[in-house]
Amino acid sequence: MTEMTESETLVEDHSVRVLLDDGWFEVCERTRLIPGRGVAVLLPDGQQAAVFTDRAGRTYAVDNRDPFTGAYVLSRGLLGLTPEGRPYVASPLLKQRFDLETGACLDDDEVAIRAYLTDRSR
Amino acid sequence: MTTEPGRTILVVGHGMVGQRFLEALADNGVTADARVVVLGEEPRAAYDRVHLTSYFSGTTPDELSMVEEGFIERHGIELLLGDPAERVDRAARTVTTRAGRSFAYDVLVLATGSYPFVPPVPGKDLTGCFVYRTIEDLLAIEAYARTATTGAVVGGGLLGLEAAGALKGLGLTTHIVEFAPRLMPAQVDDGGGAALLRTIENMGLSVHTGVGTQEVTGEGAVDGMLLSDGSRLATDLVVFSAGVRPRDQLARACGLPVGERGGIVVDEHCRTEDPAVFAIGECALTSDGKVYGLVAPGYEMAVTAAEAIAGGLEKSFTGADMSTKLKLLGVDVASFGDAHGATDGSLDVVYTDARSGIYKKLVVSPDGTLLGGVLVGDAEMYGTLRPLTGHIPPIPAEQLVLPAGLGAPVALGPEALPDDAVICSCHNVTKGAVTPLSSLPEVKKCTRAGTGCGSCVKTLEKLLPKTGDGGLCDCFAKTRQELYEIALALRVTSYEALLDDHGRESARGGDGCEICKPAVASILASLGNGHILDGGQAALQDTNDHFLANIQRNGSYSIVPRIPGGEITPEKLIVIGEVARDHGLYTKITGGQRIDLFGARVDQLPQIWAKLVAAGFESGHAYGKSLRTVKSCVGRTWCRYGVQDSVKMAIQLELRYRGLRSPHKLKSAVSGCARECAEAQSKDFGVIATANGWNLYVGGNGGATPRHADLLAQDLSDAELVRLIDRFLMFYIRTADRLERTSVWLERIEGGLKHVEDVVVHDSLGICDELEALMATHVDDYRDEWAETIEDPERLARFVSFVNAPGTPDPTVRFVPERGQIKPELPVLTLEVAAR
Ligand code: SRM
Ligand SMILES: Cc1cc2nc3c(=O)[nH]c(=O)nc-3n(C[C@H](O)[C@H](O)[C@H](O)COP(=O)(O)OP(=O)(O)OC[C@H]3O[C@@H](n4cnc5c(N)ncnc54)[C@H](O)[C@@H]3O)c2cc1C
Ligand code: SF4
Ligand code: FES
Repeated sequence: MTEMTESETLVEDHSVRVLLDDGWFEVCERTRLIPGRGVAVLLPDGQQAAVFTDRAGRTYAVDNRDPFTGAYVLSRGLLGLTPEGRPYVASPLLKQRFDLETGACLDDDEVAIRAYLTDRSR
Repeated sequence: MTTEPGRTILVVGHGMVGQRFLEALADNGVTADARVVVLGEEPRAAYDRVHLTSYFSGTTPDELSMVEEGFIERHGIELLLGDPAERVDRAARTVTTRAGRSFAYDVLVLATGSYPFVPPVPGKDLTGCFVYRTIEDLLAIEAYARTATTGAVVGGGLLGLEAAGALKGLGLTTHIVEFAPRLMPAQVDDGGGAALLRTIENMGLSVHTGVGTQEVTGEGAVDGMLLSDGSRLATDLVVFSAGVRPRDQLARACGLPVGERGGIVVDEHCRTEDPAVFAIGECALTSDGKVYGLVAPGYEMAVTAAEAIAGGLEKSFTGADMSTKLKLLGVDVASFGDAHGATDGSLDVVYTDARSGIYKKLVVSPDGTLLGGVLVGDAEMYGTLRPLTGHIPPIPAEQLVLPAGLGAPVALGPEALPDDAVICSCHNVTKGAVTPLSSLPEVKKCTRAGTGCGSCVKTLEKLLPKTGDGGLCDCFAKTRQELYEIALALRVTSYEALLDDHGRESARGGDGCEICKPAVASILASLGNGHILDGGQAALQDTNDHFLANIQRNGSYSIVPRIPGGEITPEKLIVIGEVARDHGLYTKITGGQRIDLFGARVDQLPQIWAKLVAAGFESGHAYGKSLRTVKSCVGRTWCRYGVQDSVKMAIQLELRYRGLRSPHKLKSAVSGCARECAEAQSKDFGVIATANGWNLYVGGNGGATPRHADLLAQDLSDAELVRLIDRFLMFYIRTADRLERTSVWLERIEGGLKHVEDVVVHDSLGICDELEALMATHVDDYRDEWAETIEDPERLARFVSFVNAPGTPDPTVRFVPERGQIKPELPVLTLEVAAR
């Protein structure tokens, strides 16, 4: 990343991108994202990602599949911040929380989902 | 602690206690270097005998298993099933099985449990006679019951009642024959027995107490029983449940001492006379001279023996609590401590309500120390009372037995318990061991509390604060009520403003969490802040509120149009039918007198609602913490008994309070006369017609913890009724906790019903004008959320499966046919661990 401050990045870039195995994938205009909420994205290989933005304008992307129910719904969960400052999404079905940066489930050490880098992770 | 490597530990019996013993061995590290061999007689590994009966309500034998997957393999245990041990040679230290296999041991542990006692009456072996102990017994009873119409249970004890409940559940006309003059003679006294009898007879079971079984009759198969009073009972099936006897034959045969009435004699470390042989569980006669027929003491013996075998002698078993709480045939029955008042000078404090089958007795010493008690019909207080045994309760026993609402003090919570009070008797866990922990999963992991019979879970939850300081969550140190007052007084209209100015220091400027966001959204909506999907509010709503529909297990949504009072025209019914047919939705009549349409994808919701709105429907708010339905009976217009127009009133109330956001959902009902066909007394606010107007009941609840509503005011005119409900609801919204139904709120709030009555009827706080004004604003500002949504392109843009492919439906939402409609095709569940 270049030496831009966060607020500058926000003004200049208009779309959100996710890093897939074969490069950056453009998801949507950033105006489509509501801070604190997510959207579901259809990836070129048919997989689904859940993309979120927080109050500060950072974006995150994780797998859209809720591993506890098998339903593709994580994009419809609420974003939160742990007291330690980890951003997470809480599944709308059974409420398990997933770290948006690592994909780790905060309520079950054994479970993790895939997390993707976005061009605005930081 | 020392462990001797290389020895062989042989366990006979793989029941509940045997399995617990293996776990304790593993916990002590013994399985790491000893050879552990387990011989089991039953064809299956240890299962939850305590919950055996749940098989009849759909629990599969696999689900009853007590053995965590991989446990046996992980610890290298050799488990041999279906081949019982037949002989012990203590000199050679070998055990021989029925199949003739022989095993040498260094340590032998007998965990053989008990067998059901069958009285030696003629005919006891006829086809159609059963006992009730194993999964195989249940399978056999189930199969035989298919050809039977009547069943009789010999024995009206705890297990007998459970067996009777099972027979009734299998559709048989059921009799219970008990020799003692009352049911459950070992647990309850005469008063409790009478309450129990009444309730059980009301369920349609025939009870014969004070009579013995003389003979089971029949040619080859059972056709009846002869009773000791000379009468004859026709029956196709008999279940003997006349008590259990310890299985001590192996020990007897090899010369180990057994008790006069059975049971292998052991010391406080569960060791028999032979230091190489232990006995645990129901087969043991413990150092206090008792045979315990409950699982909790068995578990303690298991842990004690495992420690002794591992070389530790700190732990000993010298007796256990015989407290039990059971739900038998749907009736709560609990007894604890000195239930029969055997202590010298003890006094009984009794409350009986024969009409509702409630009997409560507390046994206290002259100085007020609680010694024990019996609770029948309402065992709500068991979790609190049992651990208080041996202490002087903070509230006099006379008041403790009174039901809530009869002038009883606000229910005594577990906060009142001393630290050494045992909360989980299955695993002997004290309050002091639980309170430092912060969540139920943590408690289960660290202490095992709550993983046995489960009866302590409610108490555990009450002991675990959501956050240390009573605040709403990690973001707010304030309660919901405080936040409501702040938002009201300072006219705060955004979540961020509330968080940044009134949140915890660490949370300010941050993103909040999934607990406070919907709670604050609800407060903002209660205070009237426009459409719930406007501006910042959209980001706060749970998925249900966000999509104005209820999410289902496969990610599809359900749709519930409002049908006020349950009244609907044929035209509207036809529209619902057409919409469901055209979009292939599953339709079901709900428990709330309306119709639910299931299986819509997010992107279908707007089209479906466009049709519904055009036909005059509006949102039913099944998704919101808000008014659900006002059910009604048909009332005076049609019904010969009706004294008021209940339908008209129900519709008026439903239209008035629709869309009102509240701490939890609100339900209501209006009945046209005292027959109460609309079940108003189970509602948050319920209305029952009288000859002179309406009676208003509040704080009722169905669901998980049903509560009968309390009468708030009588013989109200239409206008008085509406005014009182306005005040009541707004006062509740103002003072309740997040997700606190009116029933719980009414029990919790200081002063209870009396206080609420003072505030809303007598205006003791002088806030009634304000409460009414707030409600008036709500009524004026109400607009249908769905009608507004389908008019607004910006909101509509959110109803897509994929932001980058708005026209593509989500291929993972799939359905398969069932009974002429659809049901979700559920994905195969695999929990994968993925790394970035
Ligand atoms: C559809 C329906 C079952 C049915 O097929 O009949 C239903 C379905 C749900 N109920 Fe219910 N309840 C339904 C009537 C009831 C009733 C009966 C009644 O209202 O007369 C009760 C007991 C009465 C009461 O609430 O006092 C009831 C007690 C509950 C509870 C337990 C509440 C409690 O205080 O213990 C929950 C859980 C909760 O709210 O936390 C619940 C929660 C739910 C949820 C919302 C669970 C969820 O979050 O997914 C279900 C989803 C509804 C959906 O997807 O549309 N439902 N639920 C009924 C809808 C009624 C309606 O028209 O709105
Ligand atoms: C329907 C029902 C409901 C109950 N409800 C409750 C309740 O609510 N609360 C409560 O505390 N208790 C309850 N109990 C009692 C509870 O199930 C027992 O206390 C508990 O199972 C005792 O465990 P155990 O391991 O000692 O005996 P068991 O669980 O009976 O296990 C003993 C095992 O040893 C096997 N065995 C016996 N002899 C041999 C041999 N020679 N060789 C090999 N294997 C052998 C048996 O086949 C059996 O599998 C209930 C029991 C029943 C039947
Ligand atoms: S509650 Fe009374 S008026 Fe209403 S249907 Fe029942 S009997 Fe008729
Ligand atoms: S009391 Fe049975 S699990 Fe706690």
